[in-house]
Amino acid sequence: MKNEWRRAWAVTWKDLLIERRAKAAFNAMAFFAGLILLTFGFAFGPDVPAGEAGQGTLLQQLAPGLFWVTVLFAGVLAVDRSFQVELERGGGALNALRLYPGDRKAVYVGKLLANVTIMFVMEMLVCPVAGILYSLDLWPRLPGLAGVGLLATIGFAAVGTFYAALTANLRARQVLLPLLMFPVLVPVILAAVKATDLVFHGDPMGELGSWLQLLGAVDVLFLTTCLLVFEFVLEE
Amino acid sequence: MNEPATGLAVEAAALAKRYGHTWALRGIDFTIAAGDAVALLGPNGSGKSTLLRILATASRPTSGEVRVFGIPTGDGDAVRRRVGLLADRAPLYDELTALENLRFAAVMYGVPASVEELRTALDEVGLGRAAGAKVRTFSQGMLQRLSVARTGLQDPDLLLLDEPYNALDVDGVRLVDELLSSARARGKTAILATHHIAKGLAHCTRVITLGGGRVSFDGPTATFAASQAALDAGSWE
Repeated sequence: MKNEWRRAWAVTWKDLLIERRAKAAFNAMAFFAGLILLTFGFAFGPDVPAGEAGQGTLLQQLAPGLFWVTVLFAGVLAVDRSFQVELERGGGALNALRLYPGDRKAVYVGKLLANVTIMFVMEMLVCPVAGILYSLDLWPRLPGLAGVGLLATIGFAAVGTFYAALTANLRARQVLLPLLMFPVLVPVILAAVKATDLVFHGDPMGELGSWLQLLGAVDVLFLTTCLLVFEFVLEE
Repeated sequence: MNEPATGLAVEAAALAKRYGHTWALRGIDFTIAAGDAVALLGPNGSGKSTLLRILATASRPTSGEVRVFGIPTGDGDAVRRRVGLLADRAPLYDELTALENLRFAAVMYGVPASVEELRTALDEVGLGRAAGAKVRTFSQGMLQRLSVARTGLQDPDLLLLDEPYNALDVDGVRLVDELLSSARARGKTAILATHHIAKGLAHCTRVITLGGGRVSFDGPTATFAASQAALDAGSWE
């Protein structure tokens, strides 16, 4: 077991080191996320009142949904990149990953940890940008946002890493990956948007705990399922 | 794992592999004794790489049965612990240095190797000075040398070499020769898939040729030269 954790950590270390040097996924994600947030800001206007939607501006009311839509689209780039690095030099590295002795779950866990780290760092950068563009007071809500963000990111990365491995050898990978991922991710996104909304706009009915429990339960379900079948996904 | 293996290293029975509508291998039957060195010869598309990939558990056969040291290849992990594949496509990461690539492979193989030992392994393949250089700056020959060092780390009981002489300079060819000789001297089994018939005959005691996904010759190296397969080989070497 200790050896499997060492192997998982080696995969995480390798992926993060490659990303730190190449910055291929991170630069694309950051630019893409910034562009989406800015586009939404222009589309809805910074001073349009929320009206019946609630207090403050329309953007402030819609911010939780807009933030998670941004993360959803930008996150696809991160998970796609995680198996793209294995395809350099004709896919020799992906082949090697298949042939290393030991449990292939270690490869999945390693890739998952790297994806969670990259996505979480991206979210930490996107949050203040959204705060500035949408005039959000983030500071007092930071612990709540971090909790929701971490749970939702684990669920997203669990599914994303799995499907990225499944589509790694396909020519239409970049089209298929979001098509396969997004329907499965509906419960994660719904729960994340609702929980973020409650963190931002108050929780008079005490619903936040239920949404976080749902996120946690979906994470456990996705992680367990993906771990069990990853062995077969990595096969040629 | 480092003890010389005895008995049969490979048993293939009615082995077949299909990609879409194309049969890469059809009705392959052979056994290889532990400690043997076998040259797997054949023109492009004859099924050599497919056969090696099945033996390495990278690919599942469409039908038939394959055992490696008595273990069915379906039991992937147990087989992978004893098989090493030196493929023509380098299993390396461009953004990592040679040393980092080797370190990653050592952890993944479960080989406890210190940085000094890894540096020594790089010295042995003539990459000591390039240990800290990123792999994306390497020539094809240097990549193959690093792949040889990586395979050497694992020290497998069954060594599979898929066109290992591609793009190698004289020193690189010598390295692959040494890898093969060293494996044979320690009683390991080796299968060398190559276009270089002379190399195959020099290193191996037995020749298997593939043509159209079938075995067209299987016999000792000494009888290969006088066979029809040797005449055919002249056209695809």
